[in-house]
Amino acid sequence: MPHRVVVTGWGVLSSIGHTAETYWSNLSRGVCGIAPAATIPTDQLTQKVVAEVKDYDPLKFFEEREASPMDRVAQFGVIAAREAIAHSGLTFDDGLSEQTATIIGCGVGGQSTQDENYKRLYRDNAKRLHPLTIPRLMVNAPASQISMSCGLRGPAFVVASACASATHAIGLAFQMVRGGQVPVAVTGGAEACIAFGTMKGWEALRVLAPDTCRPFSRDRKGLVIGEGAAVMVIESLDHAKNRSANILGEIAGFGMSADAGDLLSPDAGGMCRAIDGALKDGGLGASDIQYVNAHGTGTAANDETETEALKRAFGAHAKKLAISSNKSMIGHALGAAGALELVATLMSIREGLVPPTVNYLGPDPACDLDCVPNEARAMRVDAALSNSFAFGGLNAVLAVRRFA
Amino acid sequence: MGDVTAEVIAIIGKKLPPDKRNLQMADRLDEIGVDSLMAVEMIFDLEEKFDIEIPFNANDAKLEFETVGEIVEAIKKITGKA
Repeated sequence: MPHRVVVTGWGVLSSIGHTAETYWSNLSRGVCGIAPAATIPTDQLTQKVVAEVKDYDPLKFFEEREASPMDRVAQFGVIAAREAIAHSGLTFDDGLSEQTATIIGCGVGGQSTQDENYKRLYRDNAKRLHPLTIPRLMVNAPASQISMSCGLRGPAFVVASACASATHAIGLAFQMVRGGQVPVAVTGGAEACIAFGTMKGWEALRVLAPDTCRPFSRDRKGLVIGEGAAVMVIESLDHAKNRSANILGEIAGFGMSADAGDLLSPDAGGMCRAIDGALKDGGLGASDIQYVNAHGTGTAANDETETEALKRAFGAHAKKLAISSNKSMIGHALGAAGALELVATLMSIREGLVPPTVNYLGPDPACDLDCVPNEARAMRVDAALSNSFAFGGLNAVLAVRRFA
Repeated sequence: MGDVTAEVIAIIGKKLPPDKRNLQMADRLDEIGVDSLMAVEMIFDLEEKFDIEIPFNANDAKLEFETVGEIVEAIKKITGKA
């Protein structure tokens, strides 16, 4: 008998708030975290706007000796995990530590560490690199550092699938708890990829917006790179009930697919199969869903293709869905995006409010579904989807519902 | 055929199957099979070859250049070479 899987804690570090509470407060008010980059030089960048975690000082969160072995990306992950665990009220004693999984999405690992050290080597002709270069930049560092910092000794690893990393990670954690392999998992995503070299790479791909992120809008000009972390504590319902935990929502289903087509262009068929998979896995019909937290990157191709995929998956019900993109406010936090967005989706159910798609200028005939333009909407949401579709054609969708 | 013309044809042609590399000025990029990924690689090669900047955003619905000849003319104009 599979276990029901519930969410009992969350933590967020984002471009619009350093805690889950401020994140939601700003999301629901349509506050946009996109601005010219402050953590890297912009004089050689043609696209200068990003969604950075503002006023971040690691020493507000860590002792110097704690912070030193960690790149920004692992620090973000640990901060969000500590908040989520505190929020859940869990303590990892009586053997629970060994039974708690740590599964974290991360797209690219410690990009600032790599960038700074290669600059020292190639430009400054440095003779040696910092001894912690490798452990700081390794892509598994967020999961390793969370497990060490929080004392979690069960299965622990990072999932890397670019923009879908966190959704894949949470999906795997969900399956492990549902299947009874572990009663508790700490899961989410972390990313900190706003490094000069990485941004030049994005610039070369010609998909970055010069102004801001305008998902589903006419005159949208592309995506904006973001950063941050979101981590959740998920538990089997039995485990949560036994300790009288505060249940924030339920994860119902998970769907995955690969396009096996174009490297970068999205495919409505692949997206649709992942959406269908999540609904079916969660025992949900199309008409059970009121809200879709879209992948909604703000590129011409994604938003048009995602609209088509939603129409295929939902049929006539697609016109009744509220569909919004958090990326209009927090940019595209790549490997953290799916976690930031799933927390927002669960908060929407809980608060009866759907965050808007901001920066919306007017309709694009190719994106003709209701994208909740510019203003949040008060509405009851009982069940919702969170979509993530990665470069390389890797799709992942989570279905969540109100706990009842 | 001038140097610029030959270079541009070589840059576009190397992305195409061997039997489609005999390009004419009037050939349309969409018809010869240049997709968005090939376009950004091609633009990079042209920028590197001629040391120029070509503004291009893959999110703009229409390509500024539709034919091989239009690319050749634009490069000649930017570089001042024939």
